[in-house]
Amino acid sequence: MSKPKVAFYWCASCGGCEETVVDLAEDILGVVEKVDIVLWPVAMDFKYQDIEAMADKEIFATLLNGAIRTSEQEEMAALLRRKSQFLIAYGACAQMGGIPALANQFSRDQILEFNYEKCPALDNPQKTRPTLSLQDDGRNPHLPEFRNVVRTLDQVVDVDYYIPGCPPTPNLTKAAFEALLSGNLPPKGAVIAPDIALCDECSRKATKPTNVAFTEFKRPHQALADPDLCFLAQGMVCMGPATRSGCGAACTSGNMPCTGCFGPTSRVRDQGAKILSSLCANIEARDEDGINQTLAGIPDPVGTFYRYGLAKSILRRRVDLNMTASGK
Amino acid sequence: MTREWKPRLVAFFCNWCTYTAADLAGVSRLKYAPNVRVIRLMCSGRIDPQFILEALAKGADGVLIGGCHPNDCHYVEGNYKMLRRFQLLKRMLQDMGIEEQRVRLEWISAAEGDKVRKVVNEMTEALQALGPLGLPGRFEEWDREVEHLAATVQEKEAAGCACGAPAEPRDTEVAHV
Repeated sequence: MSKPKVAFYWCASCGGCEETVVDLAEDILGVVEKVDIVLWPVAMDFKYQDIEAMADKEIFATLLNGAIRTSEQEEMAALLRRKSQFLIAYGACAQMGGIPALANQFSRDQILEFNYEKCPALDNPQKTRPTLSLQDDGRNPHLPEFRNVVRTLDQVVDVDYYIPGCPPTPNLTKAAFEALLSGNLPPKGAVIAPDIALCDECSRKATKPTNVAFTEFKRPHQALADPDLCFLAQGMVCMGPATRSGCGAACTSGNMPCTGCFGPTSRVRDQGAKILSSLCANIEARDEDGINQTLAGIPDPVGTFYRYGLAKSILRRRVDLNMTASGK
Repeated sequence: MTREWKPRLVAFFCNWCTYTAADLAGVSRLKYAPNVRVIRLMCSGRIDPQFILEALAKGADGVLIGGCHPNDCHYVEGNYKMLRRFQLLKRMLQDMGIEEQRVRLEWISAAEGDKVRKVVNEMTEALQALGPLGLPGRFEEWDREVEHLAATVQEKEAAGCACGAPAEPRDTEVAHV
């Protein structure tokens, strides 16, 4: 019997998720022993035509990382969906939009204008912007279209499972592979990670006060954090209470507060709104001025609370941005 | 069929003060704008910011929150929790492009039936002036970008390769970035 085929693909991502696959270290040998890798642009040479030539559902599982921003990424997502039995959103960007989804605070024009005209480090006197197609020396190359909206994978195609994290940890990846290969699968749509808040596995859990009373919010660069005390008790924004566990509390063990990359647990629809709710309710002040003074320590609520989840949040995108027609 | 747009206002009222005030407005036969849909909760402190976002996303043009005056909360602290959440939520909504007047917090005691009338009327007028928020429509508009996706891929595949017929000569070259 031939080995099950597995594909890795990346869209709007940084490459960190690919790194995790490599971080499986010697365990990756166990994986490649059991599967055939048929697509992995970052590490191996395969052609998209080979994928197109496959029968539908011929690939056993595709692990796709990165958010979806361009027409090419959409097409690849749809193609891999058709060719795969299981399509897995791998990492925070594919699951929730991730860092690239912070661009949902700006319109396409604002982004293009900054990157091709206003960026201080730019040398582009003609203000050339990418075009969808051009004539060059008798050839007619074309570029994918840059969409108005950054999307999660499941806003574009149907997704079977999610592996969270920025990036997912090797342990989770291994566990997911084991589940897939053994056929011992959770219900469709599940996030393959524990369904409980990060605090549960944080070593500082015992020092979390029953009554947190914030008088100020400090950002990590503004104070030297105590290595043992709960970040909330130190007046630091920690996304832990609104974030799924499974990372082994990597950040809080490294003396940095959680930034929320694993997304919410299954009981929460909107991670940012939930942590806003929790942090604010525990402010000490009772009058507007006092409250706002404390809240001055959170200058950018969207960037803080939706650092990885803006595309998947209830509002998804700044709502007053216009949509510009394609073809530019 | 086109119907004239009228503001849709979702109101979250606490059981002990503001909802009772709305009842009082009713039995006192006060007339106020019919645009409001009242949802009763036990306490303004029960209002999860997710409820407010969800209301807006599902088509509300504005959200009104009513709770007990400071020091009057039946559960001692609930209204303060709402006030604190509201301060940051207000800022966050502005950052997300939602006008400040669309979400309002008011303390209305059980005796203030007339304040319910006044606040609902004021807010309906403000929303009328602002125009529709129309989030469901905007989401649809955003999604139209990817509407034809699956069809495009199938089409390309059929035209491109994997089927016996020779592929059309490609006059374009795709730069995969």
